[in-house]
Amino acid sequence: MEKEHWTETITPNSGIFELRLKELWRYRDLILLFVRRDFIATYKQTILGPLWFFIQPIFTTLVFTLVFGKIGKMGPEGVPVFLYYMSGIILWTYFSDCFLKTSSTFIDNQNLFGKVYFPRLTVPLSIVISNLIKFGIQMVLFLVLWIIQYSKGLVHIQISILLFPFLLILMAVLGMGFGLIISALTTKYRDLRYLVQFGVQLLMYLTPGIIMRYESIQRQFPKFVWIADINPLFPIVESFKHGWLSAGTLQIIPLLLSALASVLILLAGIAIFNRTERSFMDTI
Amino acid sequence: MSKSGEFAIQVENLSKMYRLGSISSGTISQDLNIFWHHLRGKENPYLRIGEKNDRTAEGGSDYVWALKDLSFNVKKGDILGVIGSNGAGKSTLLKILSKITAPTSGKITIDGRIASLLEVGTGFHPELTGRENIFLNGAILGMSKVEIKRKLDSIVEFSGCVRYIDTPVKRYSSGMSVRLGFAVAAFLDPEIMVVDEVLAVGDADFQKKCLDRMSELSHAEGRTILFVSHNISAIRALCNNAIVLDRGTLAYNGNVTDSIEYYLNMNRSSGIINPDGDELKLKQVVIGNQDKETNALEYGDTLVVSLHFYSEKEWDKPYFWCGIKSRFGSLIGANGLLDGIKAKKVSGDFTVTFKFPNLKLLPQDYTVSFGSRASDGHTFLMTSMEIGSFSFVTPVQELGMNGPLAEMLAKESAPVLTPYEIWINDNLLATFEPHKR
Repeated sequence: MEKEHWTETITPNSGIFELRLKELWRYRDLILLFVRRDFIATYKQTILGPLWFFIQPIFTTLVFTLVFGKIGKMGPEGVPVFLYYMSGIILWTYFSDCFLKTSSTFIDNQNLFGKVYFPRLTVPLSIVISNLIKFGIQMVLFLVLWIIQYSKGLVHIQISILLFPFLLILMAVLGMGFGLIISALTTKYRDLRYLVQFGVQLLMYLTPGIIMRYESIQRQFPKFVWIADINPLFPIVESFKHGWLSAGTLQIIPLLLSALASVLILLAGIAIFNRTERSFMDTI
Repeated sequence: MSKSGEFAIQVENLSKMYRLGSISSGTISQDLNIFWHHLRGKENPYLRIGEKNDRTAEGGSDYVWALKDLSFNVKKGDILGVIGSNGAGKSTLLKILSKITAPTSGKITIDGRIASLLEVGTGFHPELTGRENIFLNGAILGMSKVEIKRKLDSIVEFSGCVRYIDTPVKRYSSGMSVRLGFAVAAFLDPEIMVVDEVLAVGDADFQKKCLDRMSELSHAEGRTILFVSHNISAIRALCNNAIVLDRGTLAYNGNVTDSIEYYLNMNRSSGIINPDGDELKLKQVVIGNQDKETNALEYGDTLVVSLHFYSEKEWDKPYFWCGIKSRFGSLIGANGLLDGIKAKKVSGDFTVTFKFPNLKLLPQDYTVSFGSRASDGHTFLMTSMEIGSFSFVTPVQELGMNGPLAEMLAKESAPVLTPYEIWINDNLLATFEPHKR
């Protein structure tokens, strides 16, 4: 057995900012086991099993295409509407799943956390990874449809498609970062739990590129354009659509700002989360 | 302060404060107040008003110290027992040592890899198979995948669930999940183990296996164990030193025999007062044997229970009863309502004494209850309640019990000992006469 130094001290307050990455690395197997557990547990005793990964985005996309594209006439021009909405939906689902699941970390796991110590950050990390796999599966569906359209010459790619992995990481960082901040607060104020579930839906409408395009907001709700401008999710979604579908515009500066904001939000989230894990058992 | 070597755990001035009542309304304003003090570099204004944790007395504030200035050291290779009544701070100490919650002040230094067992099978998922759960539970307890793989066969064998190992845990009986959980824990490799009363589950055979495994870990491999339990006999059997907690403070720290003696005597003669509303005021309870006040009785002793009362009114021919209970329920009683025995007149200060001569009980813990009714047999003068406790401490070997599981089963068996004979096909096989050597 490797000889490790396990000596430690327990004191009231840890430093404001301790990442404790070494400890997290020691528990890396646990993260993967959590991911595995989530997958097995979710689709045990369902008939369609992992097919549900496809069913949900397909139906949501159909509804969006019909309601917003055909009836509302808010869809993009020169781009297959179905693909446009589907790319937005699977990207958004990734963000919102990471965010919502992370935000209820303490409440969902209070029995486990009350009995044994392990770095609590393993749970949000396993959530991000689980959802990444789910996203990957849904991306396959998107790719199949995309290739069909591409072969017909209906979609065009841009060089910015190379940004794809980077955008994905940013989405994860943002979802986890926001989730960590909320998770710490919900241990005390349960109201937040309901607020974020509703809030994340609202945010979907306020993020241009998912349902409404930036231009339609500018045209129809000029007073609310600033919300889109400060929304760190907007440049990510926009770059994603630019790369795959040549829809929208690629704006480098907002994207970089958004990346900076994401990192800051994640760091703040980890700091708050680490502080909370030491005392939440007393308040939950 | 010696940094290396001698001590596995050093606890210095450890304190933990809790807020009582529900945490909802008013907390935002208090939080803001704490934050405002914090900003100005002052300490939490609510900390100072904490008071000693006395569950029975009404306190002046909503804050209470579950632990207050607790200091002790645990030597390497020691098995330290932690005893105390409910609310003494045992669980809080466990939680802090397990890093589930942080202390309010003070410091703990731990030298070595520590694992705590507040529960077995933590994190078991019902949908996963036994094998998958071994990996999950092992990882939660801090083992790596490689480590678990290496020990998998031993774990499965120890649990005795080989046949079910690829079946989802939701199909297991509760006993089987406990066995599986303990098996994983038993093969952790920590230098220090913090163990709660997890041994109270499972059948006798398995309990013995667990206790043996813990002794083995400590004696053969030099592990340090901190064992928290209500079960005095288990503490006596396993530990060499013990600390006694009383309302969040350290009451006693010494070898296991002295600590248990201290703990058993702690409640004695402190004057347990019955609730308001009873006509008879119970001022003092004295429990002892034929010679002296004590809560540790030997086999064959006379149990003496003396109760000192005060009554403003005079009562003619009241009934008294006194009952002894073991953890299995009522055991013996002196019941005036059954026997028709009444006192004459009592008033002012008076004493009621019960004597139970020549008690032949197994080494277990017992409680004493008392109650009283007026001469009509209905009106309560004192509502029946538990007034004290005592233990029999004679080791089973001295009673002539030499069965392989005698030590373990003595805690789990009907406690009254009587002589008996066993006949097989009309031939006398043996007679058993419990005796004190």
